[in-house]
Amino acid sequence: MTGLPILSLMLLVPFVAAIACFFVEAKLARLVALLATLINLALGVVLWANFDVGGAQWQFTERADLFAGFQWALGIDGIALMLIMLSVFLMPICIGASWTSITKRVGEYMAAFLFMEVLMIGTFAAQDLFLFYIFFEAGLIPMYLIIGIWGGDDRIYASYKFFLYTLLGSVVMLIAMLWMANEAGTTDIPTLMQYDFPGGAQTWLWLAFFASFAVKMPMWPVHTWLPAAHVQAPTAGSVILAGVLLKLGGYGFIRFSLPMFPAASVDFMWLVFVLSMVAVVVTSLIALVQHDMKKLIAYSSVAHMAIVTAGLFSFNVQGLEGAMMVMLGHGLVSGALFLCVGVIYDRLHTREIDRYGGLSINMPRYATFFLLFTMASIGLPGTSNFIGEFLSLAGIYKVSSTVAFVCTTGIILGAAYMLYLYRRVAFGEQKNADAAAMPDLDMREWLMLGPLAAAVLWMGVYPESFLAPMRNDIAALDARLAGVAPAGDANLEIGEPLPVEEEADHGGAH
Amino acid sequence: MDILSSLGLIIPELILAISGLILLLVSAWGGNQASKPVSIAACIALGGAFFLVAPGVCAGVSGPDTLAFFGQMRIDAFAGIAKLMISAAAGAALVVAPAYFDRLKAMRPEFAVLVLFAALGMSIMVSAADLLALYIGLELNSLAAYVLAAYLRDDDKSAEAGLKYFVLGALASGILLFGMSLTYGFTGTTSFTGINAAISGGLSGGQLFGLIFVLAGMAFKISAVPFHMWTPDVYEGAPTPVTAFFASAPKVAAIALLARLSLEAFGSQAEAWQQVVTFAAIASIVVGALGAIGQDNIKRLLAFSSINNVGFILIGLATATLAGASAMLIYLVFYVAMTVGSFVAVLMLKDAEGNPLETFGDIKGLSTTRPALAWCLLLIMFSLAGIPPLMGFYGKLVVFQAAVEADLLALAVIGIAASVIGAFYYLKFIKVMFFDEPVDRVKGTSDWAHWALLLISTVVISPVAFLGTEWLGNLTEMAAAALAIAG
Repeated sequence: MTGLPILSLMLLVPFVAAIACFFVEAKLARLVALLATLINLALGVVLWANFDVGGAQWQFTERADLFAGFQWALGIDGIALMLIMLSVFLMPICIGASWTSITKRVGEYMAAFLFMEVLMIGTFAAQDLFLFYIFFEAGLIPMYLIIGIWGGDDRIYASYKFFLYTLLGSVVMLIAMLWMANEAGTTDIPTLMQYDFPGGAQTWLWLAFFASFAVKMPMWPVHTWLPAAHVQAPTAGSVILAGVLLKLGGYGFIRFSLPMFPAASVDFMWLVFVLSMVAVVVTSLIALVQHDMKKLIAYSSVAHMAIVTAGLFSFNVQGLEGAMMVMLGHGLVSGALFLCVGVIYDRLHTREIDRYGGLSINMPRYATFFLLFTMASIGLPGTSNFIGEFLSLAGIYKVSSTVAFVCTTGIILGAAYMLYLYRRVAFGEQKNADAAAMPDLDMREWLMLGPLAAAVLWMGVYPESFLAPMRNDIAALDARLAGVAPAGDANLEIGEPLPVEEEADHGGAH
Repeated sequence: MDILSSLGLIIPELILAISGLILLLVSAWGGNQASKPVSIAACIALGGAFFLVAPGVCAGVSGPDTLAFFGQMRIDAFAGIAKLMISAAAGAALVVAPAYFDRLKAMRPEFAVLVLFAALGMSIMVSAADLLALYIGLELNSLAAYVLAAYLRDDDKSAEAGLKYFVLGALASGILLFGMSLTYGFTGTTSFTGINAAISGGLSGGQLFGLIFVLAGMAFKISAVPFHMWTPDVYEGAPTPVTAFFASAPKVAAIALLARLSLEAFGSQAEAWQQVVTFAAIASIVVGALGAIGQDNIKRLLAFSSINNVGFILIGLATATLAGASAMLIYLVFYVAMTVGSFVAVLMLKDAEGNPLETFGDIKGLSTTRPALAWCLLLIMFSLAGIPPLMGFYGKLVVFQAAVEADLLALAVIGIAASVIGAFYYLKFIKVMFFDEPVDRVKGTSDWAHWALLLISTVVISPVAFLGTEWLGNLTEMAAAALAIAG
């Protein structure tokens, strides 16, 4: 490990590039943005390569006493590492997705995206409570501008809704953070993760954090900002929203709610389970009847995130690992699906499902990619989401078979709406002449979808690469929760093994 | 303690007073063409006062050495910080005024003189350690302010603003005076420390009445709900440079005075006024936020915004702790920067003939026609809304931190939840500038002084300023500590 402050560097590169983007014309701004995000991707790879799996819990720590009341404290564990990797991986793709579709105020657009990257990495790397809050909350500003300036027709309503909803959720969390800092006498997140807050206070603190993370996640019934924001945002905005911003909620649960307020988390386990069960079924059914492709994928995101929350609150290693894998997988797959929508939206300028049809005839390569991501979204074995969904459901089943049953229903419904979407878009007859005349993927789109497809398959075939860095951290979290984790209702008993001799005979015969 | 050492302590005030008197004579004989040199001289006087006060603030002066004129005034670090803000804000008003008034052929030298006298009055206010000094300072400031509000005497709105300000301000002064006389009658003293000693055993009915009336009078001056009604009209009607001045310097002075009065004079009976302040804080936040929503005039909206901000500052006071007082000062620093910045930006909204543009309809799509101005305003508005990483957020953070440390959790939760309502209309500002189709009405150019002020304000509220929080925190802590050892 080097003495290079790599996390600060990863914040600095996009920051400087963002400032530069304000002052250069469109063509150069695109190049600057692409270059900066690629540099950050390279830095991310260096970060991952140097991450000592099985080493210290917090690595690459940096600390500087710069501010009153809080510190510039950065550092990552495996969970943060994976989410940072997700962010830096998606960012160049987002810039690529905006290459031709954004034509007005390009410099400002690229700057907003680069600021977004700074804030996302900062949120995952922050090791100080208030530093985390600043990064977490500041993300509202660029996203508000991205939706509001470059969004669709109803962008103003969507941007307001996005901003005010998430702000209202977060401010209460700030008061809770102030209380925690006052009570514990520190703002250091690793210390707070080991601090035992008094039982009564934990309830209130948990609720305050829940208000923020549930909105970010988003959980039913506070998810209504998401479809509005997704539909109106430009393609790259949707990718980053679905790919990374939704993960902030899950990250919040795993970093704050669970380790800091374990007792309250158990008390509210049923609240989370009930909301998740409702979300999985209800939003899947809503997705089934959508005519707008982006809205459909947005509702499917809510359903996937419900699996994440249920997995997180199953308090066991499978559930937690599964939730993390769903988050990573969903980040890739939903991002890719929004890109797929963006590809055809750029050609026909409509998201209406009925306007397309039979695309596999004139756009075979596109249809192949779309199929892969559709299958990944359903959770087909061999794709990223299968690993996550399987682990989460296994974890949930350990706690409650009912919840596992309902959540699995959601997966079946997920298959229904995704296959139905794919059938309407890619198969069937080519009923619209203009849709039938669309050209297949060009080089730029290949370069965007190809890496995503590779990552989806990698995660599906060899998830160990992604699980290994997180294993110790999740084990530590599981140990922290061990005292309070509820007993499951399945009560599996190890049965008597069958007599072995017959099998031995059988084996011997061959 | 002789008179000479007292005079030595108030050199900054003496500079303001003497230069004010000399400039008054100059303007009486010099006529309108003297307005520019008089303005410059006034700026120099304010600058001089600023730099004379600064060392005391950095050293955190406090204790008996800071008493002047036999306990009438206290020239400590707390007053010092307020004076720095007052001088800076008054200087900013002087800098932006000529461009505005020249167009109307209304630039006269007495503008600068009035600002100087108002600044002098405010300096006395924040240093007051006795009800009489308090009243003298307050009235000196108010009288200058009434004239300033009606400065464009040919303009109906300005005249109306001046009259309204005068009538309601006089009423407030009356209430305050009544409260002071009750307090004097029931405690037998006018000095803050004396009052504190007299009520330390408990408040009698008369003393409580005195306290309530004094607080009500002060609430008028800081335009806290329910005594805020004059603010939107006066802010809208007064000439914009005057509004910028009203929203910044006198607010600082009145709030600092209120803090000193509450903590020094009534500190031993904090429970008696904490409820009042708590109510005023919440009511100001909510009314300021709700009232702003329907406004189309930017100045009127900023008036409600200032009411809203006063509410947050009062949360710091409601804690009745020194941490709260220190948080108030930090909030005030950023409040002054945001106010000056936003009003300077409003002054820069002019059409090709230089006529001021003041409604939302005029600034549609400003970000495409005037990107630099629009981005500065964007930062200021997000800062006012309290969104990190801008410094408006830091101000709210320290205030709420003080509230949480003082176990006022309910107040903190209600206050911060109501701040979301406020975010709505700041967002509207940004929406109009960034999301709407441009109308391209803002065509006028502004001189470098406006740009400089706008950039300075923007830098002060930008995340860069986080680096200065440690230093600022030390200063305000020392200043607040000066209140504690007042005895």
